[in-house]
Order: sequence, then structure tokens, then C-alpha cells
Amino acid sequence: MKAAEFDYVRVASVEAACRALAEAGGDGKILAGGQTLVPMLAMRLLRPTLLVDVNRVASLQVIVAGGGEIVIGAGTRQSDALADEIVRRDLPLLAKALGFVGHVQTRNRGTVGGSIANADPAAEIALAALALDCEIVAQSVRGVRTIPIARFFQGAMTTALAADECLVELHFPAAPSGGGRGCGFHEVASRHSDFALAAAAVQLALDGEGACRSVAIAVGGVGGAPLRIDAATERLRGTTLAAEDLAAAAAIVREVVEPASDLHASADYRRRVAGALVERALLDARSEALAGRN
Amino acid sequence: MSQHEITFTVNGESQSATVAARLTLVDFLRDALRLTGTHAGCEHGVCGACSVLLDGVPVRSCLTLAVQADGSEIVTVEGLAPEPGTLGILQDSFWETHALQCGFCTSGMLIASHALLAANASPTEDEIREAIGGNLCRCTGYKQIVDAIALAAERLRGSNLPAKEAADDER
Amino acid sequence: MSAEPNSAFRYISRKRRTKEDHRFLAGNGRYVADIALPRMLHVALVASPYPAAHILSIDASAALALPGVKAVVTGDELASGTDALASGLDIPKVRRYPLAVGTARYVGEWVAAVVAESRALAEDAAELVEVEYEPLPSVSDPEAALDPSSPPVHADHGSNLLYRRKFVWGPVDEDFAAAEHRIEFRARWNRNATVPIETFGVVASWDPTAQLLDVWASIQMPKFPDQLAKALRLPGNGVRVHFDVDVGGSYGVKRGIKHSVLAGYLARRLGRPVRLIEDRLENMRGGDAHGPDRIFDMAVAFDSSGIIRSLRIRALDDVGAHAGRAPFQLGKPIGAIVGPYRIASVEYEAISVTTNKTPQEAVRGFGQSPTNFALESAVDRVARHLGIDRIELRRRNLIRHDEFPYTIPSGSTYDSGDYHAVLDKALAAGGYEDLVRRRDAAREAGKIAGVGIACCLEPSGGNSAFEPLFNPKNETTTWMDSCSIKVDLYGGIVAMMGTSSSGQGHETLVSTVVGEVLGRDPETIRVVHSDSLSALPSNSPVGSRMAIMLGGAAAGAAKKLKATITAIGAHRLGVAPEAAEYRDGDVMLASDPGRRLTFDQIVEIAHRKFHELPPGLEPGLQSAHVMEVPTGGTLPTADGRVQMYPCYAFEAHVVYLEIDRITGKVAIGRYAVGHDCGTMINPDIVHGMTYGGIAHGIGAALYERFAYDGEGQLLSGSFMDYLIPSSHEVPDITIADHCTPSPLTSFGQKGSGEAGYLGAPAAIAGAVNDALAPLGLSLTELPMTPGVLGDLIAGAG
Repeated sequence: MKAAEFDYVRVASVEAACRALAEAGGDGKILAGGQTLVPMLAMRLLRPTLLVDVNRVASLQVIVAGGGEIVIGAGTRQSDALADEIVRRDLPLLAKALGFVGHVQTRNRGTVGGSIANADPAAEIALAALALDCEIVAQSVRGVRTIPIARFFQGAMTTALAADECLVELHFPAAPSGGGRGCGFHEVASRHSDFALAAAAVQLALDGEGACRSVAIAVGGVGGAPLRIDAATERLRGTTLAAEDLAAAAAIVREVVEPASDLHASADYRRRVAGALVERALLDARSEALAGRN
Repeated sequence: MSQHEITFTVNGESQSATVAARLTLVDFLRDALRLTGTHAGCEHGVCGACSVLLDGVPVRSCLTLAVQADGSEIVTVEGLAPEPGTLGILQDSFWETHALQCGFCTSGMLIASHALLAANASPTEDEIREAIGGNLCRCTGYKQIVDAIALAAERLRGSNLPAKEAADDER
Repeated sequence: MSAEPNSAFRYISRKRRTKEDHRFLAGNGRYVADIALPRMLHVALVASPYPAAHILSIDASAALALPGVKAVVTGDELASGTDALASGLDIPKVRRYPLAVGTARYVGEWVAAVVAESRALAEDAAELVEVEYEPLPSVSDPEAALDPSSPPVHADHGSNLLYRRKFVWGPVDEDFAAAEHRIEFRARWNRNATVPIETFGVVASWDPTAQLLDVWASIQMPKFPDQLAKALRLPGNGVRVHFDVDVGGSYGVKRGIKHSVLAGYLARRLGRPVRLIEDRLENMRGGDAHGPDRIFDMAVAFDSSGIIRSLRIRALDDVGAHAGRAPFQLGKPIGAIVGPYRIASVEYEAISVTTNKTPQEAVRGFGQSPTNFALESAVDRVARHLGIDRIELRRRNLIRHDEFPYTIPSGSTYDSGDYHAVLDKALAAGGYEDLVRRRDAAREAGKIAGVGIACCLEPSGGNSAFEPLFNPKNETTTWMDSCSIKVDLYGGIVAMMGTSSSGQGHETLVSTVVGEVLGRDPETIRVVHSDSLSALPSNSPVGSRMAIMLGGAAAGAAKKLKATITAIGAHRLGVAPEAAEYRDGDVMLASDPGRRLTFDQIVEIAHRKFHELPPGLEPGLQSAHVMEVPTGGTLPTADGRVQMYPCYAFEAHVVYLEIDRITGKVAIGRYAVGHDCGTMINPDIVHGMTYGGIAHGIGAALYERFAYDGEGQLLSGSFMDYLIPSSHEVPDITIADHCTPSPLTSFGQKGSGEAGYLGAPAAIAGAVNDALAPLGLSLTELPMTPGVLGDLIAGAG
């Protein structure tokens, strides 16, 4: 398991990374944490001609809060994000999701942006990003653009990023729990740290009466791309998230998702469990939101 | 295929080398530097046998390119003992509880638990299991490893040094 | 026989640090991948993408054109330069070579070997080898393979049936007819293996002047040097296997004979050292190290009182595309075919079939763990059928302490045991009553919870009696092991063993035993792994045998050395040896301990003063002992009765678990095991292997499977999909020790290398079924993954 040959360049700025990608003419790959890319190279499932190492680009490893928004540099290590006070306070859903990602060693190298850019259907960070409605900033020699997360994932392992684009920042609206807001993240994996057989992320806001003001639901492991279930959102809005509301939302989830069977679980299993995990995540989110009101 | 000049520190010793872009850190450590205490178990980032400290942080050396270690400080299992022929407190605790059999995963276990104890002087059993959760062992069922790390934590606390310094002292 | 740990020993059974751990902890182990020879070349393999295909042509020109590529070798070339690999069964038309010859028979089978200056380069070149295939129909299901119309995996052999024999021991028909109750069921043990963290590797170097092939390998295999030499058409003394290579885990599977023949052939042909280290993908697909893949059809005859009268077992095992020793894994369980129970008659039909899947190799227990799973499933079902408590039912059927030695219908005599006592200890250690209350409370709260119990035997001492049983042309009745000891001029003791170790702590074993017998501190005794040219015969650490066989050989050699030392001392003291007393190396007059010779004086006499040696004694101070397996030496009877292994360790498992109603995930809440392997030479080592065996059993029960799709493609060919339990999946485990010494061994020891693994899958399956019972569900197929359990529970509504 040795990678096929490639060239390597380490860059000190996003601009340099973009130039290198442009020069590689579509055959370049950004090397961030490498926790997904390097195994694929070793198995020769990917054969870029050039790796552009952005690990020393300081501007990609910042977490900044301001104006109701949290900006996370795409190269931020998952372990750094997990330990970050801003993330824990303002993006508890992301923190919950990060706790399910890999192991200590892979989180020490793996990056928040890298996980999003890989678009594994079962990756956790993508679900939090979907539920939190994050925006993705991508840059190339052609310029900078912002991509709403809802349009980012296009299928298993495919995204809206062009081959010459570098993912730069993730912009999250602040979503602290309490004061009527809460979140939940549930996952089932074969072993503790495996990719999800099914996973659900929920971000919820209640109004003063305890009714659902807004809710975002994302599920993973159940199809080509991480998926937001807006139809379930519609069903829940204005309700008190009573048992029948949760059951109805779960039923919608089961209808909407189109999972495939594989070695680890049947399509039926994934569909059924995705619905149940959404219910569990909604319950967690509701109790956080209600607790915060006291 | 690009070749790259790199300079780095391994177990306290500064070195330089020329490496091919595709060479992984584990192959570089083992084949070029002949530091064979670090093992390649799966080469796709699951088993953890290849764990090393990169700038103080435990990482998989099969998922890191050698060229990426340029300018970095690397610690391998060979760098954990205070001097040749001796063992550090953590290693000695592994011996005391017989926390290994075939020894193949052991260097990775030591690296993972060394990093844990440097950051957490009194880990709970759950924290110990989390710290070694990415290191597969096929011999022990983990029990004597968990016991060893708890024993090492206790001994390090008893050594009247902050755990971080005591753990650093072991190098 | 005492039930207490034997305190008569000075070093044996004491908490003592191992000899081996220090070097591993320092990063100083020496594994095969650590061996780097000058001018060494590297191998990568071209593998078949088809489960069955004719190989029409192989074009290596592009690969050979790459600078640094030294050779591309095909199966045709290898078949003309080597002999076929040994087969256990008498099936001459099922031929196996390291590379496919003419036909590829499974996905991942090696079709060509590429040799280059580096492994990366060899992989680059392997991609350039053009193989033209003609795909053939294939079969991957064992029952389909039995159908005469199925595509034959080995066309010359004529069918996919490799072995079939129905053994009948005792009046089975009569017992079934007379029994008050009968049940039947099927148990399915799907394919898994031990999957060590180190893959298999070998380095071979040919010396044309000495005509000698040096081999370093991560090997755990009986007769490996002999088989290697034979396949390479070399004399036995033309191969030197270095047993001082540390093996990074094996638990049975490290039998890389095909890798080693290939590497040896390449080293000779190219005149340079050759290294072949499997990468993980090669290991999982083409390493030929999968485990049993077995369907049990069980019938049980029993009375209303719960007494089990008779068993009918049909075991169909899928060995994959080649046979090797794998079919014997149906034979070894015959030595404990009734488990720890008094069952008067048994019918056992053993069927081995070949399919287009990766070949099977020996796995920890050699077929015993699947058999124990089927037996314990039967016992639980009998209890449920009768409404009798599972523990009470076991107590009624377990062989009693006063019934040993006890001969079972298939001809083996169990040496000793106290099964009721060990079961009681396990229940106490697990807090059984509390677990039942916890289960019931969990059920009250709407959870799915269960308690599992399993009792089983670990046959140990590993002879190879299944060889003559399954292949009458093979008259093997010994499976000896050896140890030699020498004392140097200054009194340093060196003990030599003739096999490699894969974590079992043999240096600790030998030094402890030799130290015990000689009264010398084991710390001061050096133990070395000889090479195959200098070693006395060994059959390697298989069949849970080394405590008995290597320990026994070491004790035998040490006793001879002790007698020699005593004779020298007595002679110098002018008395008969009977009048002298040996104490910690010194020899003194029994009647006057003040008159003595010290160990150092006796060593000096032996090495320098021939004139002071007793007449007829050789100079120097050394001894050797080659040990036959206790109870070995006889061929099977015509009706297939034979003494299989000599010693029988016992274990009783207690486990509590809960299953998530929606996700089907199992959470183990408590695990305890009572374990009796006689005298433990080193308790830490025995406990370690037991914990590890349970972890491995948890993997087999809940996580691990080499799964194939309908087209014969392996679905779990990496660590992403073959799921080995981590520290999160393996719970804390409590072991309750018990000691019923074996009357057959040097210190009362029995084997323990398979401990835990032999009962854990059965115990977990029992707990899952206890949990499912209130839902009216049952499941007798492993592994019980979240996907399987989730679907099953959902199906119940």
C-alpha cells in the first residue's frame, strides 16, 4: 500500500495554494489533515499529480466570533475545534458532532474543512454544518465565492467545489444552547469511532410558549450525500414537539431518505434508525431549549 | 516525483534528509532512520500501531508524509526511555501489569498513553479508554493496558512532579 | 487434587515480570519487517479480480521496462520450479502453489509476483502487468458447493467435496428413540479470523556457496522448515529458519508457507535477498488466513429431567479455494465433542467443501470455538424447551469432579476437572443474582436485556491425532517438543527452544520452569530461540500446547541436568548420588549439609576437571529432552475413536448485556469468567491471554466477518470494514481462577492459549438470546451486528 508518485508543494498562503492548484490543471489536491486523503492515496484510489500542503497556512487555522457569526478556518484541526471555547459556547451542535469523529490521533490531524470537502455521506461534521446552515467560502485564482451549505453536497464524495478551488472558511451563525435554543446529535456506528450507520443532527429554537419557532434536521449515512430534511422541519414548526409530532417527523425522514444496503446494515435499517435518531436528537434539543428558559 | 530536503528532530536529535514526496513518515522512520520500534500495521490509519508524537501530539505516521515533518519535532518509542537500557515510568508500568503480549501494538499504545498523561494527571478509566481507542490490540483485550496507564498515572503523581514534566522527564 | 493454587513452588505460579516485555517496551523487538539485508529486493503481488477465471496470458513487458524492476514471476514458472504445497487430506488433485497456475480460484489470489528495488516501485510495476482472464462460473456458498451441479473449484478433483465422514460413537439411534424430547436447530458461524496487527512477512536469502536458504519469517507453523524445503526441492538441511524473529501476533493464522516458498524461490532465482511483507489489503484478501465458515445442523435428545442423552451434529465447513490443514479444523473438536457434559452417544458428520473464497487457515482453537458455540446453543435450547434454569441444567449434565479421568464417546479421556466448582466461582465473580435482578429491572423499564452463560473446554497439549483420523495415509502419532540446556564455564545457564513466539511468553515459561527445577533465579537464565538447523524438533506453539510440551521438555532437560550436577557433586564428595542432596545448584551430603560443593565448583569440574568427573560422564554441563505428547502414540480405531489432546482446561463465562431496541447495538455491562487451566506457570500471562481471547470472542460474536457478495467479491477487505474491537467495545473483565492440576504434566499445568475465545462467542450469543426471548425471537448466527439485530427486532413489531 504505497501511493503512486506525485509532486508536493507546501504553501504559506491561500493565494499560493490557489496558484498551485491552477497550475496543476485539475489534477492537484489540497493536503490538509490527510486522514482521508492519504489512505486513498495508499490504496491508489486517487492519483493526483500534485499535493498542495496547506498545513502551515496560519490564516486557515483560526476561529473567530463576531457579528453573530463564527468563522472557522477550514484548516482548523478537529481536536482544536473540539477544545475551543467559542465552539463549545456558540456552536454546541458542532462540538457534539466533533465528539463522534474518529479518534484522538485522527482528530489531532484531521481538519474541520477537510471533513466537509470530502463529503463522506456518513461524516458527522457535515451534518452539523447542514443543520446550522453554514456558509462555505471557497477561493481560487478566479476569485472568492460563498456557497450555502444546502448547495454544497452533491452526492457521495462530491461537492460544489471546483478542482481548482480551495475551501477557506466556514461561516456559522451563532447557535448557543439555552434561552429557548437547543441541539441534539445522535449516531449509531458499528464500533465507537466508525463512520455512522445512521446519524442525525438537530438545531432547534422554541418560542416563548414552548412551541417550535425553527428547527433544522440533517441526517447522514442514509444515501449519497448528507441530507437536510426540510419537510420534517415544516411538520414541526409551531408544534410543541409532542410525541405524535416527533413520530410524524420521523416518518417523514423515513420517507425522504433513500439509503442503500451494504455489508453493515440494510436500507430498511438505515431508514428506520435515521428516523429514530432524529426523534432522539429532537428530544435532546427540546430539553436543552426548555432547560435554558429557566 | 518531487524530492525534498527536510530538517527535523527525532528523539531530541536534529537531522536532515532528502525524501520523495510519496514517502510516509512511518516508512521514513523505519527504513531510512532504522527506528524500527514504530510499526506499520494497516497503512490506512485504523490500527494505530504507527503512532508517534509530532510536535508533542500523537498522530498516525502512516497518514503523515515524511516531507510534512520538515521543521518538526518527532518522538518515537525509542525516545521514551530516559537512557538506553532503562524504561520510563509509563513503560515500567506496562511491564509491571504485563500490558502486552506480542508487542506489535505496544509502541503505539505507549505514545497514545504518554500524550494522555502529559495532559491529564488523573485520567478516569473512560478517559484512558478514549485515549487508546484508536489503537487496536489483538492480544490483551486492553485490560492490562488500562491497568498499566492507571498505575503509571498514580506513580507519576507520586513522583512529586507535575505529570507533564514527569512525562517529559521520561524522554 | 487441590483446588488451591499450588504454593509449593518457588517461581511457578508467582507474580513475576516476564522476560520478553522489556525489549518490546523499549521498541527493541525484532520483527520480520525490521530485518534489512544488503541488496534486499521487495515483492508486490498481482491479484485476481475474479473469483474464478482462466489465466489466458500475462504480459509483463511494461512492468519489466520500469527501472529498478528485477523480475515478474508467474504461476507457470513457479510450478515448474517448485513442488505443490502440502495438503493435509489425501486429495492429490487439489494442488496449490503460491501463485495461481492456469486458473485463479478466488478474488485476491496471487497471479504474479513483481520484484523490485523498493516496495513502492514493485507496486508501480504490478499495476502495469497485463493479465488476460476468461471469467468462469464460481460458487461462494458452502451448501451450493455441495450440489454436484455447482461449478467445481478444482476441476481435476471432480467435485467440491473435500472430506465427508459420519462418525457414530455409541447407540445414537437407540438413545434418540428412547429420549423423551428431541429438538433440532441450525447454528451458523460465519467467517472470521484472528487478523493479527502484524501482517505475515518473510525475508529469504540464498547462499549459493553453502547451498543454504536463510529464512526469517513471522511464522507459527508446525513442520514449517521441512515443508518449505520440500516445496523448494531442497534437502531439509538446505533451509535455515531463524526462530529468533518476534512474531507480531498470530493466534493460529501465521502460516505463510506460500509466501515463504515464493520468497525462497525468488531469492534463489535472483541471487539477492528478497522480502515479502503483506500489506493489509493483500493480507485480508490473499493472505490465505481466513477462519472457519461453518454451518451446524444440531439434533439433541434429552429427558424431562434435563439429562442430555445423545447428539447428532452435522458440521459443514467451507475452507475456501484451497485445503491445506484447514479441513482438520473439523477434526480437532472430536476430542471434546460433548463439551464438559456427560453425553453417552454422539453422531458427528464432518463435511469439508471448497468454494471460490480466500482459503481458510488455523484459527485459535482449531475449530473448537465454533463447536462450543453450537454445543452451548443446544444446551440453552434444551433448558428453554423444558423450562429449566440454564445453570441448573448445566449442573445436571456436567461431568462431576469424582468422575475423572472421564472417557467420552469419541475416545478421548479428559484428565481432570472440577466443573461445578468453577461454574460456581464464575457466577459469584459475575454477581449472577445481581445480574438477573438488573436484567429484570431493565426489562421492566422497557429495555432488551439478557444474561448469558457458557461452559466449555479447552483441549490442550496439541498432538495431531486428527491427521491419521482424517487421512489414513498419514500415520502421525507424535507431536513432540524439545528443550536443551547448557551451563557455561562461569555458571551461566542458557536454555534453547526450537520455535518462534508470537506473544505467548515462552522465554518466561522456559526460564521459570528451568529455574524452578534447578533452584536458580529465572532472572539469570537466558532463553534463546534456535534456528531450524541447530534446534531439536518442535511442533511450534499450536494446539494450546507450550505450557505442557515446552514446559515439560524444559522440566525434563532441567531434571537431567540436575541429576548430572548431583552425580558430579556426589562423586567428588565420595558418596553415591542417593546419599547426596541437590539444593539450588549446590550438592551436599544429606547427612551432613556442611560437606558440600557449590554450583560454581561443580561447573568448573564439568568444564575443566575431567579427572574429577564420575566415570562415563561426558565433560561439559548440558542436557536435552525431547518430549512426546502425554497420552500420544496410538492410531485411531476403525470407528474413529482416538485420544485427541491430553489435557482439558475448563472455563465458565457469565455476561450481561443490553440491546438497543432501535439500533440493535449491544452494550456489554458485565463480563466474568471462571477459568481452570491447572497450575499457572505465570498468572499474568495466563490472564492476559484470557482477556485477549475474550476480546477476540467478542469480535467473533458481534463485529467481525469476512463477508462476500453474491459474486464472490470480498466486502470486508480492510480495517474500515473488518471490525476489530477497540478499547471501547471490550469491557472490563473479571477472571476467577481455579486450579485442578493435570495428573499428566510436569507441574499440573494445562494449556491456556485459547482461553476466553473458546467460550465468549457462546456466552454472548446466549445472552443475546436470553434478551430476545421475551420478544419471541432467537438468533443462532454470528456475528450479531447492529444491522442484524436491529432488523430482527423490528421484524417482531
